[in-house]
Amino acid sequence: MKGSELFVVIVGCGRLGCHVASQLSRAGHGVVVIDCDEDAFNQLAPEFSGFRVEGDATELAILRQAKTDRADLVIATTSDDNVNLMVAQVARTVFLVPRVLARVFEPRREGIYRRLGIETVCPTSLAAGLFLKTILGDAVGDVA
Amino acid sequence: MKILIVGGGKALYFLCRTFLAKGHEVTVINRDPGECVRIARALRVTVVRGDGTDPAILEQAGAYAAETVVALTPNDQDNLAICQVCRVQYDVPRAVALALDPDNAAVFQKLGVEAFSITPVIATLIEQRTQLDDITNLIPAGEGKVNITELVLPPAAPVIDKPLREVSLPPDSLIAVVLREGAALVPRGNTFLRAGDRIVLISLPANHGETIKAITGDTL
Repeated sequence: MKGSELFVVIVGCGRLGCHVASQLSRAGHGVVVIDCDEDAFNQLAPEFSGFRVEGDATELAILRQAKTDRADLVIATTSDDNVNLMVAQVARTVFLVPRVLARVFEPRREGIYRRLGIETVCPTSLAAGLFLKTILGDAVGDVA
Repeated sequence: MKILIVGGGKALYFLCRTFLAKGHEVTVINRDPGECVRIARALRVTVVRGDGTDPAILEQAGAYAAETVVALTPNDQDNLAICQVCRVQYDVPRAVALALDPDNAAVFQKLGVEAFSITPVIATLIEQRTQLDDITNLIPAGEGKVNITELVLPPAAPVIDKPLREVSLPPDSLIAVVLREGAALVPRGNTFLRAGDRIVLISLPANHGETIKAITGDTL
């Protein structure tokens, strides 16, 4: 394997998953995308050269099929917080993936999962922070 | 005991009924307004409508005071989330999750959540029930790791008419009880088994077939 090339498993091929998958593939990384809806894969960039796995990522067999055990990074981007959080924990604990990121919409949940040691990205908190910063200027402190 | 159950359907209904009959205090969380009304009318339980994976809803349902939480929704990811929120946020002493994907039962345990799966239990029951007609009753215990079988000894059984100490059974199997002429007796080394005795047998799924063969002479 070439030095900086990563093998990334992306769960959820919606707007976010699709965008990240296409960009990583374009940058030369190995990518597998998982989604339970076959049509979701149509949104991938035409030059996407990774693999597509159709199935429910909360099923252990599907993560195995996506070769999650060999992943350097797993990104959980589905629209269901609980799917993302479960996939993130399974990837880390069962498949021993070195780095795992989960999207979580509900800020109330973000705190709990941080306590469980999962790295989360909360679009709600991020957007709220940006909005408040735009409206109130830099005066605003910790918005999340 | 204060029990909080998240889920719906008949499984939830009958589970609530069983817990109530034993004197437990039950709270139910369900997403569907119609079902909440039906549950509240049919059972003496507190019903909270909402997403049981949402910490705010769990708090409203009194999760901080619950002694046991049971997550019975049809989604494994939700059952895991419910139990983790209850353990981490509300220090619930015991949280049990249903794992629909049998693989997830082991996964949940690894993530520190107690889990059970129904599929392997039913599959084992069906396989074993359909194999031998003399077996009148078979109960998997210990999450399917132990079999308790009730069967009638046929006249050709190799174990009859000699003391039990001379009967050789596979390791990890045991004749626990003999039912004869309406009485139950726990057999000892000097007990003679007779044709027509109804015995209760303890075995493991791995040696079940071998044990049945040693006792009845039949091959499964």
